[in-house]
Amino acid sequence: MVKGRQGERVRSKSNQYPNTSLVQIEGVNTKEEVSWYQGKRVAYIYKAKVKVKGSHYRCIWGKVIRPHGNTGIVRAKFTSNLPPKSMGSRVRVMMFPSNI
Amino acid sequence: MAKTSRNPDLIRGVGKYSRSQMYHKRGLWAIKAKNGGVFPRHDVQPKSEPPAVKPPKFYPADDVKKPLFNKRKPRPTKLRASITPRTVLIILTGRFKGKRVVFLKQLPSGLLLVTGPFKINGVPLRRVNQAYVIATSTKVNIDGVNVEKFDDKYFAKEVEKKKKKGEGEFFEAEKDDKKSLPQGKKDDQQAVDAILLKSIECVPDLKTYLSARFSLMSGMKPNELVF
Repeated sequence: MVKGRQGERVRSKSNQYPNTSLVQIEGVNTKEEVSWYQGKRVAYIYKAKVKVKGSHYRCIWGKVIRPHGNTGIVRAKFTSNLPPKSMGSRVRVMMFPSNI
Repeated sequence: MAKTSRNPDLIRGVGKYSRSQMYHKRGLWAIKAKNGGVFPRHDVQPKSEPPAVKPPKFYPADDVKKPLFNKRKPRPTKLRASITPRTVLIILTGRFKGKRVVFLKQLPSGLLLVTGPFKINGVPLRRVNQAYVIATSTKVNIDGVNVEKFDDKYFAKEVEKKKKKGEGEFFEAEKDDKKSLPQGKKDDQQAVDAILLKSIECVPDLKTYLSARFSLMSGMKPNELVF
């Protein structure tokens, strides 16, 4: 899994669209490098006080959709919108579904 | 035999050949020659009486919709060019993530049949989906391995027979028959692995390669890695 930081929502000046988040994947700096990651699954993992299915950890899955701009930032869509507290937090970019 | 037209389209609605050229191509001249210069004509045959159909005894109250006829034939997913039998694959998810494993064959469901070998890295004969696997360029010699008997039914879950509980048994703690692998499956594993192990030991370092897990180190970029 590759480390990434997620943060901002896709937005224009005064409107933001919370269904898509921007993810900065470590080591990816150009639009061309993003093509490898397109379609790969992304996981936002967080902890909660109440145990769900025996674990304090919870996960929101998503996938990399497309590049955002020229410098390697990526748009990701999650099964449910990411909570605002997650801005700036770690996100895991998986190596599957694989095409190698 | 599919009915293909001998007159390819130049554009939709415009054929390449003219009527007289098509007449020649279709061999209508030959059919006529065979029939004495005239196009063969079939006289209308009297239709045979259809067999008497008894009126059904029962008509359903509402019209029941018939499901649409489905002509789809399931096919196994197309294998990536990089995945061929003998390839070493890296499993990406699940219990065996990161394990390097030998690919044996593709099953009719599309899943890949894979084995550790069990002695080397603890991966048994298992099915894996193509999307959760990275194919490396390393190949292992699998000549002599017989994988004919393995198909999807081999891996199906065993259906438990429902046991009718008597009153006495109700109070007994449920006896969990510990589900150990049937000996037959263990034998199959050993049969396949025995041959594989010999060919793996011929290649220097292949055994340690297969027993080591794959992981991303700091600074490794998967988009730049060559597998």
